[in-house]
Amino acid sequence: MTTSETTILYVPCDAASLSVGADAVAAAIAAEAERRGENIRLVRNGSRGLLWLEPLVEVATDKGRIAYGPVAAEDVASLFEAGFLDGGAHQLNLGPTEDIPALKRQTRVTFARCGVIDPLSLNDYEAEGGFAALRKAVAMSSADIVGQVLESGLRGRGGAGFPAGIKWKTVSEAEAEQKYICCNADEGDSGTFADRMLMEGDPYTLIEGMAIAALATGATKGLIYLRSEYPHAIKTMKRAIDLAGEAGILGPDVADSGKTFILEVRVGAGAYICGEETSMLESLEGKRGMVRAKPPIPALKGLFGQPTLVNNVLTFAAVPWILANGGAAYKAYGVGRSAGTQPFQLGGNVRQGGLFELPFGVTLGELVNDIGGGTRSGRPVRAVQVGGPLGAYLPPAKFDLPMDYEAFAAADAMVGHGGIVVFDDTVDMAVQARFALEFCAIESCGKCTPCRIGSTRGAEVVERIRTGQEPEKNLRILKDLCEIMKDGSLCALGGLTPMPVSSALAHFPEDFGPQAPAQAART
Amino acid sequence: MAETRRRNWPRAVRATQFWDLEAMADSKTNGAGDAAAVATSICAEHGNRPEALIEILHALQAELGYVPAECLGTIANAVNLSRAEVHGVFTFYHDFRDAPAGRHVVKLCRAEACQAVGCEALVPHAEKVFGTSFGATGADGRVTLEAIYCLGNCALGPAALVDGELHGMLNNNKLETISHKLD
Repeated sequence: MTTSETTILYVPCDAASLSVGADAVAAAIAAEAERRGENIRLVRNGSRGLLWLEPLVEVATDKGRIAYGPVAAEDVASLFEAGFLDGGAHQLNLGPTEDIPALKRQTRVTFARCGVIDPLSLNDYEAEGGFAALRKAVAMSSADIVGQVLESGLRGRGGAGFPAGIKWKTVSEAEAEQKYICCNADEGDSGTFADRMLMEGDPYTLIEGMAIAALATGATKGLIYLRSEYPHAIKTMKRAIDLAGEAGILGPDVADSGKTFILEVRVGAGAYICGEETSMLESLEGKRGMVRAKPPIPALKGLFGQPTLVNNVLTFAAVPWILANGGAAYKAYGVGRSAGTQPFQLGGNVRQGGLFELPFGVTLGELVNDIGGGTRSGRPVRAVQVGGPLGAYLPPAKFDLPMDYEAFAAADAMVGHGGIVVFDDTVDMAVQARFALEFCAIESCGKCTPCRIGSTRGAEVVERIRTGQEPEKNLRILKDLCEIMKDGSLCALGGLTPMPVSSALAHFPEDFGPQAPAQAART
Repeated sequence: MAETRRRNWPRAVRATQFWDLEAMADSKTNGAGDAAAVATSICAEHGNRPEALIEILHALQAELGYVPAECLGTIANAVNLSRAEVHGVFTFYHDFRDAPAGRHVVKLCRAEACQAVGCEALVPHAEKVFGTSFGATGADGRVTLEAIYCLGNCALGPAALVDGELHGMLNNNKLETISHKLD
């Protein structure tokens, strides 16, 4: 390569990558290139999701993109020395990015462009097939768009798994002056970060999915409820909406359809409960995030009492692919009633954590051991929590469970938003159970008694069991309380908080009680 | 965020600007009145719409660093809600403060994924290096330390947000390095 040619380099701007020094790496590369008189163009892409390799620097060569990682600012001089602008050998050289095993085995549907393109470049997005689905949708009838979503078998990715097509159909057929599209981007579950990564790495996919939803339902106004804990995603999403507006993708004439769709970001204010859809609607109306009783369902009486389509980021983001390739093609992935792919997220004490998009049906063990490589600490895996703070704690004995809504439900667990948090053998499951209840007590909106009072009492009861106060009696009380919260709460917060508690009791009974063997062994 | 708003303000409520000695004098002698004027102006920017209440509170906090108690009544009047309703919203959400934060805000994630990699073991050290307990501001006004439940950096925990910047793979040494950089 001659120095007059410009080499394109990719350094992610994803928040996870920034958290381990991506900005310093980008600055070091720019400075070193300048010093050596090399012509480079730095592109700040999203992340590929192989987070243990971040900052993952890629170099565009005539043999494709070559990856290096994890790169520290101190490595940059030696990378240039090794000729990395031509893909030269170096101990951090990972070979062609697409051939990295953890990436190669994935089925990238929703995340096909994430980490590949400059998140805010409309040209990049279109070059990778972006907006093709929206243009197709413009020429389709509302019923045909809804028909494709129904045929795809797509289910709500926020956690509940409700068939998306049925929601779309209900809103589409509702009669009203004003309808709304609301995107739930209040990704508060610990262990989940797929929404964040998509909004930071490929925001136009979400915009395109929501614009298609607007065409399908006749909604003219859309809101993205984005949590304040995600400052980077807020910034990227707002900028992307502005740019999409300037390009005529949003606004008074969506992609030359003659239809209006105005999209805005609304920033949350640190309330976990606002990830519950009716609480989110209250918050979008400027109120306390108090859960509403259903019915009426939001599809008929949602934001400001109008028909409102509420979906998660990943649900909307799956739609462009479905429209472009057909509902049947999407349904061909997955198992049973869990159609399509899910961006699974591996976090906590895991050696190779990150985002891995795979068809439903992959087993929990394949994700944790084969892809995740076990724990970061090197100790044995003792428990994994699947589906966020309200999901079940499962032991390795359950690792043959396929990731599938029904299989998980049958095992008293849930897939949720696809997050998996790994714990090693130093975890005290009674402490985790107590935390689940304490968290519920902090975050309960307070509207219904089982959740508001039950969570506080539950945490007290777990503490009594841990400290050996009438353990048998208190265990009975705890189990009874879990039943009441599960059956008597208004929404999923109170209704599902018993899941981590009951699963910890069921699978790790040895941790509940004074001088439990597991505790004694650790002290 | 703050910059845009300042640009849009009517002259009388602009934050102190070096060429406007009169306004500077006003803001020093009449802090409470100034805050109320800022609140009034922000409400007007949001069309005095009650559904914009959370945005109004965010904007006011971005401008003043907190939401002074006397502003709740001002906001209630402007958006035509009762003071109780505004108070209810203000206290429901964890983000809003009723007192100024320190010069720096450190939010350490203490949710499950970070617990799995030992965030709780970092807590005593964090309190030591930042000079304050959780949920409080140090006596020197340097750092406000808060617990936060998930920053979405679950594969690279323990994580913290320091003045809006995300940090991952934290340990005691990294906390010290971060603290040294905060004046």
